[in-house]
Amino acid sequence: MKPVRLDLSMTSVRELNDYLHHRLAAAGVRVVEILNPNGLHNIAVGLDYPVEVNLRGNAGYFIGGMNKQARINVYGNVGWSVAENIMSGSVYIKGNASECTAASGHGGLVVIEGDSSSRCGISMKGCDIVVGGSVGHMSGFMAQAGNLLVCGDAGAHLGDSLYEAVIYVRGKIHSLGADACEEPMTAADHATVGQLLKRAEIELSSKDFKRVASARTLYHWNAEAHQEY
Amino acid sequence: MCGIIGLMAKREDLRQSLGELVQPMFDCMAERGPDSAGLAVFGTALEPPHLRFSLFSESAGYDWSGMARSLDRDLGCSAELVTRDNHAEVVAAVEGDSLRQWIKQRADGVRVLAVGHSIELFKDVGRPDEVARRYGFSALRGTHCVGHTRMATESQVSPAHAHPFTAGEDFCLVHNGSLSNPYSLRRLLEEENLEFETDNDSEAACRFLQWRMRKGDTIERALGAALEKIDGFYTFLIGTAKQMVLIRDPFACKPAVVAETDQYVAISSEFRSLAHLPGVAEANIFEPLPEQIYVWRVAA
Repeated sequence: MKPVRLDLSMTSVRELNDYLHHRLAAAGVRVVEILNPNGLHNIAVGLDYPVEVNLRGNAGYFIGGMNKQARINVYGNVGWSVAENIMSGSVYIKGNASECTAASGHGGLVVIEGDSSSRCGISMKGCDIVVGGSVGHMSGFMAQAGNLLVCGDAGAHLGDSLYEAVIYVRGKIHSLGADACEEPMTAADHATVGQLLKRAEIELSSKDFKRVASARTLYHWNAEAHQEY
Repeated sequence: MCGIIGLMAKREDLRQSLGELVQPMFDCMAERGPDSAGLAVFGTALEPPHLRFSLFSESAGYDWSGMARSLDRDLGCSAELVTRDNHAEVVAAVEGDSLRQWIKQRADGVRVLAVGHSIELFKDVGRPDEVARRYGFSALRGTHCVGHTRMATESQVSPAHAHPFTAGEDFCLVHNGSLSNPYSLRRLLEEENLEFETDNDSEAACRFLQWRMRKGDTIERALGAALEKIDGFYTFLIGTAKQMVLIRDPFACKPAVVAETDQYVAISSEFRSLAHLPGVAEANIFEPLPEQIYVWRVAA
């Protein structure tokens, strides 16, 4: 079956999402091409079907939010909160992403080939994020589960108030946030990083990555710390 | 929310169509700030002693011609007048402070929106796309412009509270965000005998920066002081006669995106309002970093 083409200069985002939610499965469509996104918000949000969606151009906020099953490829840049609360499936961004990439994502894979700015992976709950470039400040803030892999550098306060998510960084770390600490890479870490790189189609070696995880000193209230961590 | 807009044309032909490129940015950013809008445009500088004054009256039928005649009679400054809706532009050979004083005493209900050799400023309440049409933004020409669409969060919706705010001459600021300490800034500035026109937080930031520059700071030094003194969320975009300047707070709480080509520098809160610009697909598009001062200068 030929890919279905939808042009956002002629179709509204609401109509597009309605098609993706309700009419795609019945028509047996496997590939959807979206043209002229022009920075619009909420494109391909809430998909729950194993379809490939190719977006040709720059998208705005929330592209691929709450995704289940679908593979979404964006051939451009994206705005804030790409793949917010992703559940499964994958979202690949060929360009750069703005703030809050995959915020609170539960599952699935998010790949940003370029840079991802502030608060990448904030409060992530089990998804995997791979960033080919660098991440901005406060990335991995309060991240609870899953892996954030950064092939470039990490900005200030990386992994502040981390729970059980693990962050791997290949480049420089500007500074660690409260309770985040660098730990030795184990064999299991090398295996995880190797798999993530493979899934993201990035040819790098796991041996160049550092592991950042929670020191778990914030898990229990310490009255004697006087709020200094 | 609020929307910020900036455009600097690097080539003469684009300067002639600056307004045409800016109008769709207002249409798009109306969603981020539906209650008021404003635009400051910087063009060819008037030769001293002439200055351009952007004036505003809330009364629709205000007798601008009568005002201009009285102005001529009292100050002998051969004022030239162009009116549009509630707005009037006066070009006159007079000191900025003299005309401000005269307006205060003699022109009831008229406010001075901007003073300078290059700046012309329009702002009003209403949907930004409608404000832009009412004041003919699409026909404006100039080297660069700074605009704003407002969603009021901390002070009332009125023409005076709309952005851009100005201070001194050829200086304006638009702001997306909210400040936590505007009143301590005001107290600091009131001790220096600065006067305020509104209770708006962005006006405090505008006057703070211009006060520092009047005391000899470069814009970079003034913004360095602002990073120390101003607490809160902000993306500030500042226009001067020859510059467009951008800064985001240390947390980068409010958005901004820049698209630069060999023809223009365009700034907006969101990419979608830049999507119509010529050659944007090949532009260098980037998100400004927190605490970083970005300065673009008008090419000769």
